[in-house]
Amino acid sequence: MRLALFASILVAITCAIAGTFVVLRGLAFVGDALSHGVLPGIATALIFGVSGIIGAAVGAVVMMSGVNLITRRYKLSGDTAIGLLFVGMLALGVMITSRSSNFEEDLDHILFGETLSVKPNDLLWQSLALVIVLLTGIFARRPFLLMSIDEGLARTSGFNVTLFQNLMLAIVGLTVIASFQTVGTLLVLGMLIAPAATGVLFARRISSMMIIASIIGCIASYAGLLISFHFKLTASASIVLVAVSIFAIGAIATEIKRNRNSLQDEMPHQHEHNHAH
Amino acid sequence: MLTKTISASHLSIGFGRHTVVAEIELTTLPGALVVLIGTNGSGKSTLLKTLAGMLAPISGQVTILGDEPGKSPRRVAYLPQHPISSHTLPLRARDVVAMGRFAHLGLFGRESTEDRKILQSSLELTGAIEFADKPLRDLSSGQQQRTHLAQVLTRQAEILLLDEPTAGLDINGRKLVADLIASERARGVTVVMATHELQDAENANTVMLLAQRVVSIGPPDVALRDEYLRECFGFTQPH
Repeated sequence: MRLALFASILVAITCAIAGTFVVLRGLAFVGDALSHGVLPGIATALIFGVSGIIGAAVGAVVMMSGVNLITRRYKLSGDTAIGLLFVGMLALGVMITSRSSNFEEDLDHILFGETLSVKPNDLLWQSLALVIVLLTGIFARRPFLLMSIDEGLARTSGFNVTLFQNLMLAIVGLTVIASFQTVGTLLVLGMLIAPAATGVLFARRISSMMIIASIIGCIASYAGLLISFHFKLTASASIVLVAVSIFAIGAIATEIKRNRNSLQDEMPHQHEHNHAH
Repeated sequence: MLTKTISASHLSIGFGRHTVVAEIELTTLPGALVVLIGTNGSGKSTLLKTLAGMLAPISGQVTILGDEPGKSPRRVAYLPQHPISSHTLPLRARDVVAMGRFAHLGLFGRESTEDRKILQSSLELTGAIEFADKPLRDLSSGQQQRTHLAQVLTRQAEILLLDEPTAGLDINGRKLVADLIASERARGVTVVMATHELQDAENANTVMLLAQRVVSIGPPDVALRDEYLRECFGFTQPH
């Protein structure tokens, strides 16, 4: 249980950093595609007894190379290319997994993770991924920020947009690879998006958005594990559901605050109106 | 003798193999104001993007401060059309303006006292100081445009490429842009501005009327003759 909590917290912080850029750049669909695109790689690796992390890395590289190839050679929009590759890789993954003798169990583990079966070795990989994602975020913060507003601004400020776009995708890919053991390929997207989206609601700066997202991710991990333990529910799904619920509560609170502020703005006008009579 | 800041000869611009405007001839000196006028899709933004180095020229020659477009990010500032891609960005106006120094700071440079002075001065010049600490998403479109103008000034560039800088601004905002352009020109900055508004061309040295080709080019009284306006817009300006 303690290892599962450690692993979940590492995943939460890594996802908060990468997820901040995913939300700011509107890359949620790319994140979704990457999280499914790694499936055939992991499935093949498991069948041949190789580390799932290596398989996931190969899957992510194939996925993003395919998206780049289709958008450049066939002039299709990024969304279409990502959608094609996404379903193609998902189908391939399911087909490969179906060759396994433990089809259902293996597929279940890949898609939904094995939070409670995390090993110390997995923590090492996750810590390494967190350090790489954090250092990349610090190193590339300026081009990433400019790209969030306008790619043209980044380009005319002297930054190589293609290079930094690929770097951003690489950290999203690395986050997915490092997190699939804990939350699964299907649910990692929830940890990428939900805490970062909640951060957007309350933050005034990118750094505070990352901190809020990290705190929410950690709270969701702890609360999700507790819920899973007491109610005998899947740990990864419980964690992600808590994260999404926190977003929902945050969104409602923001809406109430906005309505209250607009009511207060209208009050002085009403007051003046009454005096006029 | 003043050095040419922008020089284009037989320049064809467009996307990939699709030419939008061909045979552009343009030469500017420090302190010049070039105003590009035309309808939507006439090639104004395409020309600005080519000068900024975001689009490769299809044919012909173009140099910016003696170099290829896009090779002098510290010396050329570009204001995109509708630069706010996401209203959800958790950034204060001050942070957006500070991004204008990124071309000078690169990946690792530390913000100096000089950078902070430039930032403060740009905020004051554009009036963005009034809402500098408010989140960008809470600002009106006019205030957001002022913020982006302040960012362009923060670059302290020798050439400003402005794509519809008066978009979303009220009459005071438009006057502010005109004053800013005048003060930048006074310190030797070349300004190239795309606009729909004929009145923006009043103080220009050169006006280029575009309609997927160069309809006319020259001083305002020449380039904005009735026959050219009729050809470009289908109407003439009131006398």
